[in-house]
Amino acid sequence: MAGLELLSDQGYRLDGRKAPELRKVQARMSVFAQADGSAYLEQGNTKALAVVYGPHETRGSRSKSLHDRAVINCQYSMATFSTAERKRRPHGDRKSSEMSLHLKQTFEAAVLTELYPRSQIDIYVKILQADGGNYSACVNAATLALVDAGIPMRDYVCACSAGFVEDTALADLCHAEESGGGTALALALLPRSGNIALLQMDARLHQDHLDALMEAAITACKGLSKVLDGVVRQHLEEVSVLTSD
Amino acid sequence: MRDTPLSNCEKLFLLKAIEEKKRLDGRQTYDYRNIKITFGTDYGCCIVELGKTRVLCQVTCELVPPKDSRPTEGIVFFNLELSPMASPAFEPNRQSELLVLLNRQLERCLRNSKCIDTESLCVVSGEKVWQIRVDVHVLNHDGNLMDAASIAAISALSHFRRPDVAIQGRDVTVFSPEERDPIPLSIYHMPICVSFAFFLQGSYLLVDPCEREERVKDGLLVIAMNKHQEICSIQSSGGIMLLKDQVLRCSKIASVKVSEITQLINKALENDKKIRKEGGKFGFAESMPKERITTLKRDEAPVEMTDVKETANDIVTRTETSTEAYLIAYSMGTWGIASFRTDSD
Repeated sequence: MAGLELLSDQGYRLDGRKAPELRKVQARMSVFAQADGSAYLEQGNTKALAVVYGPHETRGSRSKSLHDRAVINCQYSMATFSTAERKRRPHGDRKSSEMSLHLKQTFEAAVLTELYPRSQIDIYVKILQADGGNYSACVNAATLALVDAGIPMRDYVCACSAGFVEDTALADLCHAEESGGGTALALALLPRSGNIALLQMDARLHQDHLDALMEAAITACKGLSKVLDGVVRQHLEEVSVLTSD
Repeated sequence: MRDTPLSNCEKLFLLKAIEEKKRLDGRQTYDYRNIKITFGTDYGCCIVELGKTRVLCQVTCELVPPKDSRPTEGIVFFNLELSPMASPAFEPNRQSELLVLLNRQLERCLRNSKCIDTESLCVVSGEKVWQIRVDVHVLNHDGNLMDAASIAAISALSHFRRPDVAIQGRDVTVFSPEERDPIPLSIYHMPICVSFAFFLQGSYLLVDPCEREERVKDGLLVIAMNKHQEICSIQSSGGIMLLKDQVLRCSKIASVKVSEITQLINKALENDKKIRKEGGKFGFAESMPKERITTLKRDEAPVEMTDVKETANDIVTRTETSTEAYLIAYSMGTWGIASFRTDSD
């Protein structure tokens, strides 16, 4: 990857964005008729599909159900055609298991699980095209799917990735920026309270830059929450127009 | 076997103690337990004891063909195993959540931070590279496995020596340790994980939780740093809600702890080097304390019983009788209390 400047002198990134700019977000809700809730989200070139089933009775072993809360079951997988080289093991490998666990924990904190004791909510997320920010796209798509399913949540859960190059914080990294060896931070936020539901960072970063990096990610998440809100409202309008006389 | 669940009163006791800033073993909020690092007789073998948590790490190497996408770099492979001897909750060959989390965190902390120079592990570009395999086994689980595992892994990697090789054209000769001295790995920096456990909806945090404290925690924040104040990885888990200031504060605490622990590791490595040079005894057998009472045998001791009666009477008469006495009478539901005074005899 020699010769690829992540940030040019004029302040432009590889795809022509400025440092704090997000990629274009397009989303659709209720894409599947069978599932209780579904959503398709595109963040730049990253495409994620999320499907929610529930709340329903705990399937499988009874011992997994909790007497006072709902259990959230997440599965994260990548399509074999999602990356440049064909993925040989789409799910079951360590990275996918870890992502599934993190998604589960993120949504356990955001969904009001106390309203559905002894039941289970399933969230399935699939990455159709991976171009950086996989985790963020999953979380955003899953939020929309949960809203579509009508499951009550404390707030939107918005996630965004951020990086640090030459003393500037970049928001919403693409694949080339993520794998370039620089810092990559993934952050899931509940925008209204400013609570961080999940924080994950790889690669070396000096302690003093952490503040700036987190600020950039938080601002990006807040911007993203407005976009998601707009998508939900537009979907509601469309649906109400169709169902009304 | 399922872990015995923690009783409610134990849980409440722990949480109440944490609220009052007290810990079970008397530590302060930011104190680590005693860390002991010992090295084995082979290079690359290390046991770390963090309080009662014990973790063993072994580093091995072999020559393999490199990955297609990176023909000039060596491979580093991490594997962490929860041995059933560590805790009754660990079953053999079961992929539990904890195992996945620990493995991924170890990989992220050591591989993504690029602490090992993988380019120096290349022998013949595109054909033969060294594959370094780091195996971590948990021997006893008393909380905070992540920190112990990361300390063990980085100490073992710093201690390890790989065999020397000579390349002539396409022929590679690997020298045994007797023929040529083995070479240490080139390690740029030492990333060490510091775990923060959060309690009571994130209002209280503890560093280095022990096993009981871990059971009542809400969530965990693991920050991996090196002594140059560079953060190598941050991971929050458990679904806790954090605020940005909490994370920044934790990173400052972590930098202090990491520099202490790095000093400890360096001192242990120096000691081991010195002992090996001087020809003294080294290895795990030496590190186990010998002067310890493992059995206690007491002979039957004879007791004088001849004048027990007189001594007992003496004691009874010499004690003062109380001046007041209460008599409690009970008759079919009615209670009566009478009190009277006696003069001392």
